[in-house]
Amino acid sequence: MNGAPALKVTDLCKSFSGITAANNINVEATDGDIIGIIGANGAGKTVFVNMITGYLKPTSGKIEHHGKDITGIEPRDATHVGVCRSFQVSQVFMTMTVRENLLIALAIAKDEGKAMLSSPRSPDLLAEADRMMAAYKIEDHADTVASTLSQGVRKLLDIAMAVVANPKVLLLDEPTSGVSVEEKFAIMDIVIAALKEKGVTVLFVEHDMEIVERYVDRVLAFYQGEVICDAPPAEALVDPKVIEYVIGHDHTPNPTPAVNGGEKPETANA
Amino acid sequence: MLQILRSDKTIRWTLVGFFVLAIAGNFMPAWVQNNLMFGLARGLAVLGLMVLWRTGLISFGHALYFGIGAYAVALVDKHLGVSDIFLRLAFAMGAAAMVGFALGFILRKYRSIFFAMLSLAFSMVLYGILVKVEALGSTDGFSVSATSILGWTPESKYTLFCAIIVACAAAACMVQYYLKTGLGALTTAIRDNELRVEYLGYSVSKAIHFKYIISAGLAGASGAMMAMALGQVDPDSMVNWTVSGELVFITVMAGPGSVIAPFIGGVVFEFLRTYAFELAPHAWQLIVGGTLLAIIFFLPMGLWSLLERIWVRKGSSS
Repeated sequence: MNGAPALKVTDLCKSFSGITAANNINVEATDGDIIGIIGANGAGKTVFVNMITGYLKPTSGKIEHHGKDITGIEPRDATHVGVCRSFQVSQVFMTMTVRENLLIALAIAKDEGKAMLSSPRSPDLLAEADRMMAAYKIEDHADTVASTLSQGVRKLLDIAMAVVANPKVLLLDEPTSGVSVEEKFAIMDIVIAALKEKGVTVLFVEHDMEIVERYVDRVLAFYQGEVICDAPPAEALVDPKVIEYVIGHDHTPNPTPAVNGGEKPETANA
Repeated sequence: MLQILRSDKTIRWTLVGFFVLAIAGNFMPAWVQNNLMFGLARGLAVLGLMVLWRTGLISFGHALYFGIGAYAVALVDKHLGVSDIFLRLAFAMGAAAMVGFALGFILRKYRSIFFAMLSLAFSMVLYGILVKVEALGSTDGFSVSATSILGWTPESKYTLFCAIIVACAAAACMVQYYLKTGLGALTTAIRDNELRVEYLGYSVSKAIHFKYIISAGLAGASGAMMAMALGQVDPDSMVNWTVSGELVFITVMAGPGSVIAPFIGGVVFEFLRTYAFELAPHAWQLIVGGTLLAIIFFLPMGLWSLLERIWVRKGSSS
């Protein structure tokens, strides 16, 4: 670490045949920042995540990680420099058990892949997999095949696999989507605790304002491909523009738990 | 490395099985010995296809490498007088792996039906060349002289039979070892989720390319063994699309369950074809095709899954 910010995004733009998905985005994150990305569907949150992690190439602009230009690199190179991600839909190896998933991830991460030439079931990799499973509280499912896991556990596995490569910057795309209300906070407690311990810079896309309020240091609000607000949650969640374009109504802190009988959840903006 | 070899039951049973077969071969009638040789030789190519299949890829064009292996043996025999089995194998596998390396740069970008069809196209290019070019034997092909081992030319075919068994055992053990390493575990990982493999930091195309070269080399060895066992190469029985079809047929019939499965599949196919031909000389394909249909319906994971089921039942009852 050389004093340069963990992530510096300058004038980042992306357009798809005339439609602008990202317009002059400027963001800076220092080591250990926990940043929440909010915005309505189609606001450009995932495009932003995809550009930083190399899945999409920006039309123009610059992305730097600790001063190193990582604009438009390949996903695997993003992983190598320490910028990792999880996915909105968990991307795990569905026919393998939780342990096998982690063992492959560990084997690839270790010694730049040299561990690939021997069995991933070596004592030290097995021990490391056990440690990961304990940190993410999925050890009870160690020998469960991923396709039969609950959404919540699969999300945790997905995030654990992204963390295996020891990222400096971790982008989580909707870590709690598709997860039951009871599981949401449990997942975020586990994930944020594990990441804070390592001083990882986290940017996560989230629709649930309660989660945003509780876990983040800063909020980035997206609207039509632009960042309309970059401020601590106390400020951002009461910002009139954010209320109008993102939340859709006045966000009252600590509301009673949402029990709305299958109607549109109050914080969702789908 | 030793950790895998010592603890691996499959490798142990492969070695025992092939050893018993080599001894038993000595007491078998010539036609059984021949069928076993053809079946096991084909099994080498099927072993490579199995590695690809586990990665989620099916090649309809591995006759390309099968043919390159076979023709390499015939050509070094004709022009350089090479009869030694090790040299012949080295030329065959080298040539096949080199072509696999070159074409791999193109094929690694494709998946599913595109991968399968592009493979087929490449193999038919070779077929076209072989049929047209007189110097390569045209439609008649070449005959292949008897095989020698380190300067000694054996009288009977039993020596070649044993050599094929040794090659099969070695290939099965090496592939088994490979599948147990991290690289081997990537086969299933890539089939399951390429995106995740990339984001873990590993190049999917490189991994696929490597597996493709392995399968090409094995198909080359397979073709070389077949050429030596038959004593003859020609485009129709070595490079035509029907040869690729047979290899895929055996792969599906055998199932992806084990490195031994391709050899069992190869041998079963050879005997099935022999008996079907005897039973119905004009409609033997019906019997062979019907058998595959039955296997796909009742044993979707191939013959190996049947053996596995019997094995497990025995294990639990005793």
